[in-house]
Amino acid sequence: MSGAVVLPRRAFLASLGLAAGSLALGVVPSVAVAAPAAAPAKVAALVPAAKGPGLVPNVFVHVAPDGVVSIVCARSEMGQGVRSSLPVLIADEMGADMAHVKVVQADGDAMYGDQNTDGSTSVRKFYDDLRRTGATARAMLVTAAAKKWGVSASACTARDHAVFHDASKRSIGFGDLALLAAKLPIPKPADVTLRPKSELRRVGGELPLLDGPDLVTGRGVFGADVRLPGMLVAVVARPPVVGGRVTKVDSSKALQVRGVKRVVELPVPKGPPAFQPLGGVAVIADTTWAAMKGRAALELSWDHGPNATYDSDAYRETLLKSVRAPGRVVRKVGDVDAALAKSAKRLEADYHVPHLAHAPMEPPAALANVTDAGCEIWTSTQNPQASRSEVAKALGLDASKVTVHVTLLGGGFGRKSKPDYVVEAALLSKVMKAPVRVQWTREDDIQHDYFHTTSAQHLEAGLDESGKVTAWLHRTAFPSISSTFAPGVKEASDGELGQGVLDFPLAIPNVRAENGEAVAHVRIGWLRSVNNIHHAFAMGSFIDEIAHARGADPKAVWLEIIGAPRNASLAELGVDKLPNYGATLEDHPIDVARLRTVISRVTELSGWEAGRKGGRALGLAAHRSFLSAVAVVASVVRDGRGKVHVDEAWVVADAGTVINMERVRSQLEGAVVFGMSLALHGAITMKGGAVVQTNYRDYPLARMPEAPRAIHVEVIPSDAKPGGVGEPGLPPVAPAIANAVFALTGTRVRELPLARHGLV
Amino acid sequence: MTSPDPMGTAPATLITLRVNGKEQALDVEPDMPLLWALRDVLGLTGTKFGCGQALCGACTVHLDGEVVRACVTPIRRAAGKAVTTIEGLSPDGSHPLQRAWVALGVPQCGYCQAGQIMTAAALLRKTPKPTDAEIDQSMAGNLCRCGTYTRIRAAIHQAAEGSTPTSTREPSK
Repeated sequence: MSGAVVLPRRAFLASLGLAAGSLALGVVPSVAVAAPAAAPAKVAALVPAAKGPGLVPNVFVHVAPDGVVSIVCARSEMGQGVRSSLPVLIADEMGADMAHVKVVQADGDAMYGDQNTDGSTSVRKFYDDLRRTGATARAMLVTAAAKKWGVSASACTARDHAVFHDASKRSIGFGDLALLAAKLPIPKPADVTLRPKSELRRVGGELPLLDGPDLVTGRGVFGADVRLPGMLVAVVARPPVVGGRVTKVDSSKALQVRGVKRVVELPVPKGPPAFQPLGGVAVIADTTWAAMKGRAALELSWDHGPNATYDSDAYRETLLKSVRAPGRVVRKVGDVDAALAKSAKRLEADYHVPHLAHAPMEPPAALANVTDAGCEIWTSTQNPQASRSEVAKALGLDASKVTVHVTLLGGGFGRKSKPDYVVEAALLSKVMKAPVRVQWTREDDIQHDYFHTTSAQHLEAGLDESGKVTAWLHRTAFPSISSTFAPGVKEASDGELGQGVLDFPLAIPNVRAENGEAVAHVRIGWLRSVNNIHHAFAMGSFIDEIAHARGADPKAVWLEIIGAPRNASLAELGVDKLPNYGATLEDHPIDVARLRTVISRVTELSGWEAGRKGGRALGLAAHRSFLSAVAVVASVVRDGRGKVHVDEAWVVADAGTVINMERVRSQLEGAVVFGMSLALHGAITMKGGAVVQTNYRDYPLARMPEAPRAIHVEVIPSDAKPGGVGEPGLPPVAPAIANAVFALTGTRVRELPLARHGLV
Repeated sequence: MTSPDPMGTAPATLITLRVNGKEQALDVEPDMPLLWALRDVLGLTGTKFGCGQALCGACTVHLDGEVVRACVTPIRRAAGKAVTTIEGLSPDGSHPLQRAWVALGVPQCGYCQAGQIMTAAALLRKTPKPTDAEIDQSMAGNLCRCGTYTRIRAAIHQAAEGSTPTSTREPSK
């Protein structure tokens, strides 16, 4: 069998609307016999940005004459609640009533600004700009009403979806003003006046979950849920080792599987992995099951390429060796060597964190439909613009011919910023001349991830007679994310080192940080909070080690080491410049007071002073990342089998200005469980260049019985510029747990996960 | 056919079952997992694919009222039986669990939540007022990568109590 046999289907292309987040599904035909060839195809597109007459002050807002205000969410929804948050900011600035607001998910398009939903940027980078989009709309509506009434615009206000002239007790609804306002010149965003914060009615509060009703009824549409008539499904056998290629394909048995249409070899990637598909062999069939069976029936031989000898256990020794020798100096204050030599007491410790996989509940999936007109994509992506440009490049099309619709994401955590799977779908649709959905299995996801890097760190401290730390040496070595995009990279980037190594405030007179070389043998990617994971683990554990070596309260030592309230300068940190997550130090200083506050508050809430009692022990850690400060206290007990169990956790965060307090809290709760997964269980290993783990059986995540009985979250009220939220909750979790484990058991965990030590 | 048919090339026979109250006759391979019959053949995409190995529970449905993982349940095992998916749990999303889930803001990404709710629904039918330990035991097969477990526990208690939804929120300072 060869070639695509696209059978006619009794299919309906449903019209659909994203009315307040509810995606209307198509009509499912009543069929006497349902077979793959007669599958009721439902759903086609997510709604494009609203069109038709009305006010369009910018690409984010549309006011229709019937009063419906469409607000675009240009960021991907993956659980962090952007769809429930960003549109409310715009609506509040406009004075729009959310009951008459339709949230429209943006396609990938540069006109929306950066859409890569990554780096905890959705609020912190767009807060002011989004307010201006709403304020522009409001200014035009107010001007239109003022003109109509012949009054001064300054005498008019916009609220409750209408413009009011209070002096004459007149009002006109937004819908009735839409066409009038549309005739006005559009003011420059910089020229519009923002409301005082006190007038933002909902922002900062507990906002309803826009997609909640859809998510509990199965109506939410994820990447693998979109159906097109004549759609085929592809499952791909990828080279087990990065840099490998298939050398022999026997597809005869695969082609005998009922429903399999064709077997297609994907191109071998050229140069660094970047966002390219890994290559391999695709089996395309009329159902997912047929494609999976077809793939299992393939007989393949591989050339595993230059990474075939990569062994992550052996590599651990390589990294440890790297950090036991001097490296490239990246941060320097005073003279660490002299201070160490003079110190009354010296402490040193080596830490290791293995590779980690993202393992979002929804494995990668993308549907592509390549036609003469171009390529249309539906996918769960954090990065619709890169999906668009990578597909355009792979197909030799102009990007304008590629449309990327963004579905809900069943988790992202950084994995879905990389559109390799989207390109696979596009290439296969082109070959098949039919819509093709690429479905990754869990095994594909675990084995072919862009892995969190693996790292070793060496920390050394010198203490004077009183126990005060006079010298701090921190060496870190890990394969860089840059290695995924450029050949021969051995050094960490400033951005990576800026996640804890360069920017953590240390009130210590002699500080030196160094970076050791490390070569990558797998695709390295960013995972929720990225290099902060291992840096916060090592630094947060080491501060605890110093405290115990002194016989001091870890909380007091934390506060002593970060020092007095101040904004830490570049000179104090001992660096020439600081990436600071893309923000200036003026907007987002290294504000030690905020870090002190979260530490003080989390210890108050958790009853830290009462200390260990009743078989429980507490551990503390704090970290600043993505411009927010977070402190965590974990409580650890022994369960009936003598294993450790995190039974309660406290999180206090200062994330600056908050749009949606409810989702901020849910993100911080989730960060604790995500952190537990990596601290307790997380380890991806490679043998012969290939990933050993296959599924949740051997890459376990925290489950319900392991979940703490309570996770207490407090968010510090703040008018400071917004910081990140999705990621900063994670870094302090693992060291807080490890510190609690030490307090409970006396076992110091310097290598994650805890499972490695038989503790869980 | 006198020999086994490992490649599944033999003509299939119709498999009949009831899905969410509606009779269906499926012309599919008898080894096709119920999950793919629901998703690819019947277009019921509320039931999710997470692992394919009964390790994560994203595909949880009820088969004659019992919890099964649809990803490892061959369609032939569902022949003549009644399947309930998340789409059929309630006509309008008004099952007490669905209401509690929304009231407490349980979902983050939401991908696992259909499976969570289907497992919890079966638990409540047998154990109307479960303890934390009973919840932990029943829900242990359902993974949530976003980490919504504490809210899931609270929502199950709330649905069990049939009380007016209240928030898990703590008083803000």
